[in-house]
Amino acid sequence: MNMRQQLVKTVESILAQDERLVLLLGDIGVFGFRKAFKSFFDRVYNIGILEQSTISLAAGLSMESLIPVVHTIAPFIVERCLEQLKIDFCYQKLGGNFISVGSSYDYAALGCTHHCPGDVGILKNLPGMEIILPGTAGELDILFRQVYANNNPTYFRLSEMQNSAEHKVNFGKAEVIKQGEQATVIAVGPILDAVIAACKEIDATILYYTTVIPFDADTLKKNAVTAKIILCEPYYSGVLSSEILHAMNPRPITLECIGIPYKMLTNYGLAADHDDCLGLTSSKIREKIVEFIYA
Amino acid sequence: MMKELRRTIISMATNSGEGHIPSALSILDILWVLYDRILKIDAANPKSQTRDRFILSKGHASLGLYAILAKKGFFPWAELENFGKYNSLLGGHPDRNKVPGVETSTGSLGHGFPMSVGIALGLRIKKIHSKVFVLIGDGEANEGTIWESALLAAHHNLSNLCCIVDYNHSTDRALKVGDMVSKFKAFGWKSFSINGHDHEEIYSALSFRHDSSPLAVVAETIKGYGCKIMENNPEWHHKSPRKEDLPAILEQLS
Repeated sequence: MNMRQQLVKTVESILAQDERLVLLLGDIGVFGFRKAFKSFFDRVYNIGILEQSTISLAAGLSMESLIPVVHTIAPFIVERCLEQLKIDFCYQKLGGNFISVGSSYDYAALGCTHHCPGDVGILKNLPGMEIILPGTAGELDILFRQVYANNNPTYFRLSEMQNSAEHKVNFGKAEVIKQGEQATVIAVGPILDAVIAACKEIDATILYYTTVIPFDADTLKKNAVTAKIILCEPYYSGVLSSEILHAMNPRPITLECIGIPYKMLTNYGLAADHDDCLGLTSSKIREKIVEFIYA
Repeated sequence: MMKELRRTIISMATNSGEGHIPSALSILDILWVLYDRILKIDAANPKSQTRDRFILSKGHASLGLYAILAKKGFFPWAELENFGKYNSLLGGHPDRNKVPGVETSTGSLGHGFPMSVGIALGLRIKKIHSKVFVLIGDGEANEGTIWESALLAAHHNLSNLCCIVDYNHSTDRALKVGDMVSKFKAFGWKSFSINGHDHEEIYSALSFRHDSSPLAVVAETIKGYGCKIMENNPEWHHKSPRKEDLPAILEQLS
């Protein structure tokens, strides 16, 4: 099952259990949610292609103690609606769930307008916004159920890429995948599989983060055995670097950031083509890790 | 009464050196009629589920709302003296988490109207039969989200929603919005125009029954109404009087 199919399953099941849940679609996923439209006609809406007003409308629902779930493609929910997320949700202290698809370049062939490698870095600038990157469909289900009703604004970043193994993830908590002596590697969400493959036979600790914000500093502090830290993110590189520096303070560290280089992405093709050209395949990640640890 | 409220607004702006006086004055009659005769809302229980909701989408007119909320007992009158101070409940734009009776934090134009659409839809989902009144400005109607909201409210037949347009002609100096009644009608709303300073016209417009569509009341107003030197004078849009000029300004209030 992919994450989008899981989203339908999870949201349909919560719609049946929790009458506060209201789903607002930005004219995507309408076919997938066809059953929900029939069963919960007064709580499932294809709002249309007007993302800014959709976010404000969702805030209005939240003021009436309903729990909005807004779903559309990443650049339109994050970049187009940044001020609505900031004012209507974060400033007003309202709860809501914002679920994007497309991640960095899942709609590769559609080009730059549909890419969104900047979403996590942008939303990190909104105090109060929680940011979650599930690594598998099952993890999406676990994390969504844990936080959807917690009265905070939460961004869920769905991706086509999934890890092969599912972890018993917890909101706000990193998982220790393995322990080693030579470096600590942080893998965020769906990049974990590539990181595990890249670290084969390298004696490194791997920490797995599905919650980006709030950042779990404790797990890093407890498990970072050397000063060498490698941050691997599936969006514009280096977003969590300040969190890592704060967490490790006052211990001196050296930090390598692996992620999408900070430039406009104007190519098409497949997501795999982008991974390859941007250095995000497991073999290219391995080269960087080896160079950083042993150079 | 209106003169006393105008005195209060101008004094608050003078003391703090902050505030949009002419916008507050153009909406003052509308707000007074709303809070005095239309809204079912209890100042002692401002979060009651069954209250009517009022959203000031043009948040920069906050001085007018604060004066009226204080007059109606939502918070102590003395709080008005703190307007604009660092720790005040009352700022240049209203904060729903600070001010009793304020439904939404507004200030960035084009947010309050779509939020009011969400509130109206939420009330309908929860089967609560309260009314939602939202006040926008003609200047604010330059924002695209105003017209997105107009489409949304009509499409969802939100007959529990009434949008009041404070048509004080701010747009005359920038991008004109033209005939707002025709525009709302074209979007599927019931709409008509009134004199936004005539209390009986305001009352009958805001108590008008509209069971099958949302209602847009386009209120023709004068920016700075009741304060002759400010009326339709753009110089005063975001300016506070000097303390030494206050007595003379208060003297010429109508």
